[in-house]
Amino acid sequence: MRAPAESFPAAARHELENAQLRANLRNATETIRDKRGRVVAELPDWEELRDAGRAIKADVLAHLDRYLVQFESAVKAAGGHVHWALDGAEANAVVAEVARAHGVREVVKVKSLTTDETELNQALAAEGIHAIETDFAELILQLDGDWSSHILVPAIHRNRTEIRDLFARTIAPGIASDDPRELAEAARLYLREKFLTARVGVSGANFGVAETGTVCVVESEGNGRMCTTLPPVLVTVLGIEKLVPSFADLEVFLQLLPRSSTGERMNPYTSLWTGVTEGDGPQELHVVLLDNGRTRVLRDEVGRQALHCIRCSACLNVCPVYSRTGGHAYGSVYPGPIGAILTPQLLGIERAPSLPFASSLCGACYEVCPVKIDIPRVLLHLRAEAVRAKPSRRERAAMRLVGWTFESARRFALAQRAGRILQRPLVRAGVLSSWTRTRDLKPAPRESFRDWWRRERA
Amino acid sequence: MNAREVILERVAASAGESPVLTREYRRRGRLAPPERVALFCERVDEYRAEVRRVEDVAGAVEDVCRAHAVRRLAVPAGLPAEWRPAGVELVEDSGLTPGELDQLDGVLTGSTLAIAETGTIALTAGPREGRRALTLVPDFHVCVVEESRIVELVPEAVAQLGELVARDRRPVTLVSGPSATSDIELSRVEGVHGPRRLVVLVA
Repeated sequence: MRAPAESFPAAARHELENAQLRANLRNATETIRDKRGRVVAELPDWEELRDAGRAIKADVLAHLDRYLVQFESAVKAAGGHVHWALDGAEANAVVAEVARAHGVREVVKVKSLTTDETELNQALAAEGIHAIETDFAELILQLDGDWSSHILVPAIHRNRTEIRDLFARTIAPGIASDDPRELAEAARLYLREKFLTARVGVSGANFGVAETGTVCVVESEGNGRMCTTLPPVLVTVLGIEKLVPSFADLEVFLQLLPRSSTGERMNPYTSLWTGVTEGDGPQELHVVLLDNGRTRVLRDEVGRQALHCIRCSACLNVCPVYSRTGGHAYGSVYPGPIGAILTPQLLGIERAPSLPFASSLCGACYEVCPVKIDIPRVLLHLRAEAVRAKPSRRERAAMRLVGWTFESARRFALAQRAGRILQRPLVRAGVLSSWTRTRDLKPAPRESFRDWWRRERA
Repeated sequence: MNAREVILERVAASAGESPVLTREYRRRGRLAPPERVALFCERVDEYRAEVRRVEDVAGAVEDVCRAHAVRRLAVPAGLPAEWRPAGVELVEDSGLTPGELDQLDGVLTGSTLAIAETGTIALTAGPREGRRALTLVPDFHVCVVEESRIVELVPEAVAQLGELVARDRRPVTLVSGPSATSDIELSRVEGVHGPRRLVVLVA
């Protein structure tokens, strides 16, 4: 997984200049937010579902060794092959090896953040194998060499005319209309032939069931069904944290995920397969269990709850920061509030130190999270880590001075008086004014409360 | 040490106590059967699928095919005789290739169960449903849902499906309306890769 190329504030500044992006984002985040609100309000037991979702995920992380071994033996018993990968390169090598073994130059692929994280497409390309993205938005991004800006709707930063022009240059020469219906039809025609002839499919997964070895993919377009049903060979890359203990646990997540994600009561298609079924679907199945930093996250008792994430993207849509900057500013396949806590932990805080600060700590993300990840708490925890990893001597000296001042009532009163005079450089142009550029600094009142109290009551 | 051993050792080092899991959400529905069926129909309709309550399945299929100009329908080998319409050519699936399935006008199948609250149909590759490709490649799907198999809640459905998975490792497909995308400017388009038209006959 690649580290962000520049710090969040620097990247956010370019993104904020893009008016089209901001308009699209506002529309998308507001629309999905409203839809989610409606279908969540419909359920009388939403909070009970969230509690169960959180508890199930915490249980998985507490006994992950047991569940992984159980899942492995269930998949094997059902005729599948299980591979283990410490990092993205190892996972990519498994997929490439399967493709090579079957002599294919092309594989069809379901949208998957996990394989975006491992940069599978680039790794396969280096081996001369073309991975065709079959999700509509992912196809658009792939054709244009662009990358995702939203977990659920990755091409939300593009408008219909841009997509029409792109298709005219690539998969649909001569296409004139920019009606989404026509554009979807063009993608359908292009991909249909690929689906019908593909020999190897590649997918991520939303859930893996330890008890039965079942793999679950949740989607809308039907490209997921195509990729996991028609090719005779299927490889699934599964982050180790995606397990749930029992099949019954799906009753919780199949309610939490669609309502939080697309704001639907249920997504159009959910596919669940348990090993090889004779005469139905792929006859050769592989599952790659991927670490890639997850065991590092697991070691942190506060931060590990980031691994509860079911990738719904509800936190993006409510975030005042994300809904203005968009996903690219986060420089990672995991944008928004969840990305701000997941990316620095997967990579190590020193490789993405600005991300935990990309938040106003308003707490809206925690309120909508279907598995109750306390994102603000983890953000604060990681901010402390970032400071510990790369301490600023000036900041530390300043904090020490503040501490010393607050320790004594006399020093505090003196500081208040001094502050009324010393605030001037902060509000005028100068070295310190950069701190107030993005914050409103209220001038200190002429008289402090303590002075007033003394005057009135003494 | 290989990757498996390294990962298992690392996760074991982080093992801890499980929290208390209470399943206080609804696991049993409360609606009487007629209300349950009505709710299912309402929810399917909201996905912009076509839903009809019918007495005579075969006759309804014939009507639907006429209305949609469908002439050749794929059917699974175990489809009940009383559901098979006259006047429509039926092609029984005996391992048709994806290309051959693509040439057909549509497919007619049964279903394992349905969920009222979410308007969802569950297919589990049983004799009346056929293998997964059958309900995926043809562009038009007529699906029969029997009233007695409609449950109210997701947990009630998952409990039944879990038994089929544990016992027979059946593949499961949950279908909620026709395929759809909202990827361009969030404007919804029905029908991308899965069947673009879904007709649900509630019998």
